[in-house]
Amino acid sequence: MGANTVEVTETSFEADVLQSSKTVVVDFWATWCGPCKMVAPVLDEIAGENKERLTIAKLDVDANPSVAVSYGIKSIPTLIVFQDGNPVKHIVGAKAKAELLSDLSDFLD
Amino acid sequence: MIIGSGPAGYTAAVYAARAQLNPLVFEGSQFGGALMTTTEVENYPGFAEGIMGPDLMNQMREQAKRFGAELRAEDVESVELTGPVKSVTANGRIYRARAVILAMGAAARYLGVPGEQELLGRGVSSCATCDGFFFRDQDIAVAGGGDSAMEEATFLTRFARSVTVVHRRDEFRASRIMLERARNDPKIRWRTNAVVEEVLGESGVAGLRLRDSRTGENSTLDVTAMFVAIGHDPRSGLVAGVLDTDDDSYLLTESPSTRTAIAGVFAAGDLVDRTYRQAITAAGSGCSAAIDAERWLAEQPSPKPSEEHQSERERTWAPTPSR
Repeated sequence: MGANTVEVTETSFEADVLQSSKTVVVDFWATWCGPCKMVAPVLDEIAGENKERLTIAKLDVDANPSVAVSYGIKSIPTLIVFQDGNPVKHIVGAKAKAELLSDLSDFLD
Repeated sequence: MIIGSGPAGYTAAVYAARAQLNPLVFEGSQFGGALMTTTEVENYPGFAEGIMGPDLMNQMREQAKRFGAELRAEDVESVELTGPVKSVTANGRIYRARAVILAMGAAARYLGVPGEQELLGRGVSSCATCDGFFFRDQDIAVAGGGDSAMEEATFLTRFARSVTVVHRRDEFRASRIMLERARNDPKIRWRTNAVVEEVLGESGVAGLRLRDSRTGENSTLDVTAMFVAIGHDPRSGLVAGVLDTDDDSYLLTESPSTRTAIAGVFAAGDLVDRTYRQAITAAGSGCSAAIDAERWLAEQPSPKPSEEHQSERERTWAPTPSR
């Protein structure tokens, strides 16, 4: 787990993601997902560089399947951006940092 | 400089670092290459019990680091390969070195049929290990007839109720051991001489429209996912127009060496290998490329003393920075 991201679970999802006053980007991942591991350090960097603007939360789909099901996750890594409890953007697949930053640009200003 | 982070790139990095060539490795945003989306690698020598693909790549990466290779998780945007000093642009910065090893590998190929890209990540996937989990107790399909199709189909039976292998011919390119393993799996069904014409569904995959390649008859296969395992295309786009490729975009080298048509530029791994495409052959050719580069550098005249005065930062990765 990276130093700049937080871990969320089925139990803490409501409080840490849905009720958060900040923008929260949830990284749906699993230990057996190679591309998830590839993108993890990039997400940690983005989280570290944008602490004021957003929180990046990691959710292990294996340990917390109900959240993955309720948001229709069928591929990981998937990032979902939450604002005021609502999913506002889906980003599917491991991408380069520049690409992720451009996908997230609406939430970084 | 080494571009790529699969078995070829990391092996080249291990050899180049041990030869004190101060390699800089552009890993890209997705380090590890194609093995990162595999499960058990059973045929990599030295691992009698097999090893997980991502674990093997982590080991190679650590080994390259141990000998001082500098690794950068950056995607290369462009390269300038002609002349005695080559430059690579990544993340807006320009890096220079006298020799470059290209090891960008190959990217998963898709079918290119209607519905496929629209439903990517919603039932269409090229990574069974990543996404099989989401199709527990469902009927799903694997498109392809090679080893990776057999591996994916066999792996997916852990989750799925049934896995139908859809293959456009009735002969398989897959190795006997992989094919037999799949054939003996009671959860695997077979649709041969079947061409996927369309992926059906709105918010998720609802089925595949298949055409029988002999009779031309159309039918629908009711599945909720399609895993595509029809091979890979070499990632030679970065050097398109600069270095020659064959008709299928594989980079051409002066076999049996790894030299390309440009002096000081070498190529290895799946980028050049249309024949074997194994982790071990990629690693082997990465080794060859590093040795070729080392010998080539030794034959070049030493850089002029005035060229040595560069910033410390640049010197760490480029033994002879440019101007």
